[in-house]
Amino acid sequence: MNSLDMPWALQLVIALFLLGGAVVALIGSWGLAKLPDFYTRLHGPTKASTLGVGCTLIGSLLFFSHQQDGVSVQEALVTIFLFATAPVSAHMMGKAALRRRLRGVARTRHMPEE
Amino acid sequence: MTPSWRSRQFWLPHPLFSLFLALLWLLMVNEFSVAHALLGLTLGVVIPLVTHAFWAEQARIRRPLPLLRYVLVLLLDILRSNLVVALRILGPARQLEPGFFTYPLALDDDFAITILASTISLTPGTVSIHHDAEANTLLVHALHLENEIETIAEIHRRYERPLQEIFQ
Amino acid sequence: MIALVIPIAMTLFAIAVLLNLYRLATGPDIVDRILALDTLMINSIALIVLADIRMGLDVLFELALLIALMGFVGTVAMSKYLLRGDVIE
Repeated sequence: MNSLDMPWALQLVIALFLLGGAVVALIGSWGLAKLPDFYTRLHGPTKASTLGVGCTLIGSLLFFSHQQDGVSVQEALVTIFLFATAPVSAHMMGKAALRRRLRGVARTRHMPEE
Repeated sequence: MTPSWRSRQFWLPHPLFSLFLALLWLLMVNEFSVAHALLGLTLGVVIPLVTHAFWAEQARIRRPLPLLRYVLVLLLDILRSNLVVALRILGPARQLEPGFFTYPLALDDDFAITILASTISLTPGTVSIHHDAEANTLLVHALHLENEIETIAEIHRRYERPLQEIFQ
Repeated sequence: MIALVIPIAMTLFAIAVLLNLYRLATGPDIVDRILALDTLMINSIALIVLADIRMGLDVLFELALLIALMGFVGTVAMSKYLLRGDVIE
């Protein structure tokens, strides 16, 4: 890796994106492990993990764009794909959970009865 | 009724989508040349031609400018929502008050409803779980439900109104 | 600076993967396990991209896109199976 010829400011921006992305994704997974019932667990991965990986990909995009004299847009494609699909998977999993009559924690309000 | 093979309806049922596919191809190979542009355009024509029998009625984007503003608002809200959710996750789980609520839809176009449902899933503390086609409502789960009437009004004002502007 | 940050980010993502594995092993219901697998896929994309930057290759992009695709299709297929008892109607 030869990041020595990279301007200092750009390095800082890339480093911030990579680190911030990792922290946000870790919080998402922490929520997945910690929260009490399925419906609350659904929130962590759909939002935090997607944004975290998105940030990592943008950092990678900036890095390779600088290295190769030309914009490297492929990472942007993966990011857009992730953002477009995350709500759909969440919706499907939520529907499956409802269908299996999974209960929320006791204090959940308006738990739908089927 | 299938349109005749000589009409534009047959070859280019969705011109914008064809253009989008061609652009996507160019981004995918990450290189711009005449050969790749032609290949992309060919794919853009062939893929809708083969698959359009499976498609639902297409939505019409009436005004592209509010769409751009909508995307910007959405990007900002995704960042805001992540902060909110991260704080809720890191805070003590006992203080959470999760809850379901039904959101009455004013939109009736399938594509617009899909976008609204995705938006709800990506923004603060809410995930859309079920769409009831008969009653035209969305079942939404909130990580921390304080005031459902307020939440519904907020979603309506912030997301559904602009979507109505764009699609109707 | 980037050389310093990448190992840290990779460690954080590795911890995230371990948390996902914990949920995958303990998840009380099968839907929890699907959710854990989905998150695992997303985190592994980030790990691949970070490894890519570390080695300075820019060739692992296709791998990331494929995993994103397979993860999505797999999640939807499994949820659909639970919903209808059938993947293709």
